[in-house]
Amino acid sequence: MFDFISFIPRAVVQGIPLLFGSTGETLSEKAGNLNLGIPGVMYTGGICGVIGAFLYEQSVPNKADIIPLFAILVPLLSCLLGSLLMGLIYCFLTVNLRANQNVTGLAMTTFGVGIGNFFGGSLIKLSGSAVPSIALSTTSSFFHAGLPFADDLGWFGKIFLSYGFLAYAAIAISLVTAYVLRRTRTGLHLRSIGESPATADAAGINVKKYKYVATCLGCMIAGLGGLYYVMDYASGVWSNNAFGDRGWLAIALVIFTIWRPNVGVLSSILFGGLYILHMYIPSGTNLAIKELYKMLPYVVTIVVLILTSTRKKREDQPPQSLGLPYFREER
Amino acid sequence: MENSNSAVSLRNITKRFGATTANDHVTLDIRKGEILALLGENGSGKTTLMNMISGIYYPDEGQILINGKETVISSPKDAINLGIGMIHQHFKLVDVLTAAENIELGLGGKLNLKQTAKKIQEICSAYGFEVDPNQKVYDMSVSQKQTVEIVKVLYRGADILILDEPTAVLTPQETEKLFTVLRNMRDSGKAIVIITHKMHEVESISDRVAILRKGQYVGEKMTKDTNAQEMTNMMVGHTVALNIERPEPVSPKPRIEVKDLTVLDEEGIVKLDHVSFTAYSGEILGVAGISGCGQKELLEAIAGLQVTEPGSSISYITDDGQKEELIGKDPLEIQEMGVALSFVPEDRLGMGLVGSMDINDNMMLRSFRHGHTAFTDRKAPHEVAEQVVDELEVATPSLNTPVSRLSGGNVQKILVGREITTAPSVLLTAYAVRGLDINSSYTIYHLINEQKKQGVAVIYVGEDLDVLLELADRILVLCGGKVSGILPGRNAIKSQVGMMMTHMGGTKGDEK
Amino acid sequence: MTKNKREPLIHITKRVNIPIWFPLVVHAAALLLALLACAVLTLVMTGENPLSLLNSIINGSFGSSRKIWVMLQNTAMLLCVSLAVTPAFRMRFWNIGAEGQTLIACLASAACMILLRDVLPNWAIIVCMAAASMLAGAVWGLIPAVFKAKWGTNETLFTLMMNYIATQLVAFFCVVWESPKGSGQIGIINQRTELGWLPVIGGQRYLLNVIVVGLICVAMHFYLRYSKHGFEISVVGESVKTAHYVGIKVEKVIIRTMLLSGAVCGIAGFLLVGSTNHTLTTTLVNGRGFTAVMVSWLAKFSPFWMIMISMLLVVLERGAGEISTKFGLNQSYSDMLTGIILFFIIGSEFFIMYRVHFRKPGDKEGKLNV
Repeated sequence: MFDFISFIPRAVVQGIPLLFGSTGETLSEKAGNLNLGIPGVMYTGGICGVIGAFLYEQSVPNKADIIPLFAILVPLLSCLLGSLLMGLIYCFLTVNLRANQNVTGLAMTTFGVGIGNFFGGSLIKLSGSAVPSIALSTTSSFFHAGLPFADDLGWFGKIFLSYGFLAYAAIAISLVTAYVLRRTRTGLHLRSIGESPATADAAGINVKKYKYVATCLGCMIAGLGGLYYVMDYASGVWSNNAFGDRGWLAIALVIFTIWRPNVGVLSSILFGGLYILHMYIPSGTNLAIKELYKMLPYVVTIVVLILTSTRKKREDQPPQSLGLPYFREER
Repeated sequence: MENSNSAVSLRNITKRFGATTANDHVTLDIRKGEILALLGENGSGKTTLMNMISGIYYPDEGQILINGKETVISSPKDAINLGIGMIHQHFKLVDVLTAAENIELGLGGKLNLKQTAKKIQEICSAYGFEVDPNQKVYDMSVSQKQTVEIVKVLYRGADILILDEPTAVLTPQETEKLFTVLRNMRDSGKAIVIITHKMHEVESISDRVAILRKGQYVGEKMTKDTNAQEMTNMMVGHTVALNIERPEPVSPKPRIEVKDLTVLDEEGIVKLDHVSFTAYSGEILGVAGISGCGQKELLEAIAGLQVTEPGSSISYITDDGQKEELIGKDPLEIQEMGVALSFVPEDRLGMGLVGSMDINDNMMLRSFRHGHTAFTDRKAPHEVAEQVVDELEVATPSLNTPVSRLSGGNVQKILVGREITTAPSVLLTAYAVRGLDINSSYTIYHLINEQKKQGVAVIYVGEDLDVLLELADRILVLCGGKVSGILPGRNAIKSQVGMMMTHMGGTKGDEK
Repeated sequence: MTKNKREPLIHITKRVNIPIWFPLVVHAAALLLALLACAVLTLVMTGENPLSLLNSIINGSFGSSRKIWVMLQNTAMLLCVSLAVTPAFRMRFWNIGAEGQTLIACLASAACMILLRDVLPNWAIIVCMAAASMLAGAVWGLIPAVFKAKWGTNETLFTLMMNYIATQLVAFFCVVWESPKGSGQIGIINQRTELGWLPVIGGQRYLLNVIVVGLICVAMHFYLRYSKHGFEISVVGESVKTAHYVGIKVEKVIIRTMLLSGAVCGIAGFLLVGSTNHTLTTTLVNGRGFTAVMVSWLAKFSPFWMIMISMLLVVLERGAGEISTKFGLNQSYSDMLTGIILFFIIGSEFFIMYRVHFRKPGDKEGKLNV
């Protein structure tokens, strides 16, 4: 019998970083910025959180004196700040200096992953740990705490209430983002920029400002994905490259959800599920098969990409000016 | 000369783009309760000037006064706040949004689309428009899109309206409807500027005409005190003879025979409906019709670029009378049989030329396959380029200049010139003089006549009826994808052709 | 007369005639600034004299003949992948799947080495490896191309996804062919017999790679500049409509070009497995597929400029690696420095294309700057 009660929570915790990443990327893509730097941003967000937590834990000699509020706020804010800086670099290069978005994004990923692993490595060295990782279990315990009653309510509590607050935040953020995009004026303006910046500009919308805000906000949301991964999923243990390809998977999720963050809530869990499916499907002694299962999210994304492009429904296409720079006085 | 009546006053406005000066110290007033027609040849800087009022461009020098006060318009937002609304030649609408969403773009406050829809209805009933607020723009026809644009401007409470060539895509009925609305708006005190090339429209709609030539302000006239001839003279700077040469066809032979040609577009809408005609060598067959009536599809079908419906037939008839079916052939094969197509699209470069390539490489577009090696022959296209530039007097710094840097007229000369150097037996040309000044237009007419004299079958799709009437030996009139008649060019009457363009069932002209 | 404060202070125009030397100067200045930034960063991290940074960079690539060869080999491999993506880029087909195309070719090569070692003689194995790699790379490029050509499927996202499918396939086969059992790694293939290993020529292990890639570079230059295919690629890249009008079959060009791109990636994969590493891992391509995108773009798709840019990036990367070893920093330090340098070079492009004028408050005429 397939063990759903243990499978679903594990799929959810796998899915949450992807949900953060894809919500952030969707926001950015809706403004016409194809940010391939998201994997780097997520690394940066994660490591900045780790650095914040590490410094705070170091500054309090006695573990019992750690104030939960600060233990959460310090890493949270440093994570947001780090990701914001990445967003600003991307925007400055692509919006002000009109650089090619693909090239800038890829450079950002190189840079961000470099930052993550470099500072991670340095902290590991500083902490004098014997294993090549750094553990922030105290901070993590605050991030990891589930809702009250989670343990008392049996399967219900396990499936719905057992996650740290960032998981619920991820879902809330994606729903709010979906609402803003769909129903509000800000969302309308943002979508119009992604479709046709010249039209938005002529309508008096400040294209640069929207691109900046959407992309930077997107980066900050994506950065939280990195933070969630270290602090909650990995129980505060940072080891280099552990985050893996999740950033790219988040970009895949954007396509899979056809640029709808609300769809992302369930889709991210599906992706998370596909990612760990191999552990739940009896494969006997054949370890190799599990590598093939990990391929599934990418395969379904390609299938969705193909289907939407062959069906040619206008609403399901990528934003029309995705990846293109905009310059008003061009002629 | 400032008076309290002027809504916008431009004072010594100058705008440069790189080395070219688009506007050179232009001073102009736009008054309330008046329709001003802004006239000028293509490239005379009309659109650029209006773009500075609507905040798209920022002037290099000079001042703009709104209601008598000096104002800085540094963005479209500023312009909107000042009550300025511009309807651009290329619509500024987002395809995947609805009419209501497009109309709300850029405004402030909470988004309430129901409220918006209600307000749209009010405006529509006040001026006599029809707009479905929930229709997506990609589902709309051009005139629907234009209506949305106008409603958008009115919705913002604009009292200074600028329309950049609004009638280019409209049928005569739609144009008349638009003019009625514009007159209503003028009577309610709004200031209106309309950019157009069509003289009869200027005469029918405007109160005053201002004329630009090569970026400079030439002068203004009250419409009732002037006539088309005078305005043309002011535009071009000197009197231009209006006669177009039309030699008699020499021994015409059937060359292209089209039978029951039917073409559907991607959405399955009928673009051409059982079109039949014959084009003869040594003659110019003019094609008249409102834009979008199937002219493009007709030429593309002959050139092998359109999918045709079963039952359609296009035959190429050789000098000895042998017929060869073109449908089912590759564009390349058709090209090699001597069918040349020069289609000048709205943006001029979109088809036929590559903007970033130089003149040599653009000449090579037709000939790069010549020779048996895997490599291109660069010498022959270079010679062709020299010949075209030389014979057609193309103004270019060098043969290595990207064609996108050249002015519209020179670009068109290169396109038409290249097609002619392939020594075609059939020359298909559409909008060859689109947006050209009068002198360049005559050069092109001359070129086409030269081809005719050499026995080429020319199919000429034109926008300007007057030109068609003077240039073509026969005129085929298209209306809604059907042939409403073929008339002899020499004694066709303009009003008759006009009627056939708009109503089906005009008298069937004599087929030779 | 008074000027409103909201008048734009910065005014940007396109440069009209750009002299040939100008991009060089701007790039050099950007590089210098980037190195300065890196020096400051290193100073903060290590407290070391910035000049020793330059010393380390030079030492990292030119310190010994072995280091020079490693640098040349890395340059050659990066250049090879960059050359591979270039025809597609000229066509405005944003192939960011070179990583996967190369990796799948590595897999094909390794598969030939493993599966054919008891079946065929050495020369036949090598021939099979070359053919299989090019075929595998080409197929990996073909799949997104077909969908792009037929339905306009977004190629950037498609090729990106294909990378990870390739990675997982390689991971799968790494377990299938693991040696020793349970390690999850393949190790050096045919270490004893050296079957399927490309010959060492001139006593230099990496010389063959450098020569092969050099030849590809020259061939690619002529292909793009002077061949009919190359001309078609440029036309499709500039204007699909025009291509249709002059009878170029756009779909055919897209598919053909991506087959070529994939096949050249295939050669890179073949060299990586057959000549450089003799093994297969998921990280064998080492991000070159992505770096190649930047190399190709920074070189403005010109094969000869790509030699310079890829060498520059490799030298910087090896230099940064040298610094991290010397000061006991983590190897990822080099990624960080590479990122910074790329940001500067990418940003400098703007100053080549455009001119920035600052309007000083009170000034009537725009003042010229930069």
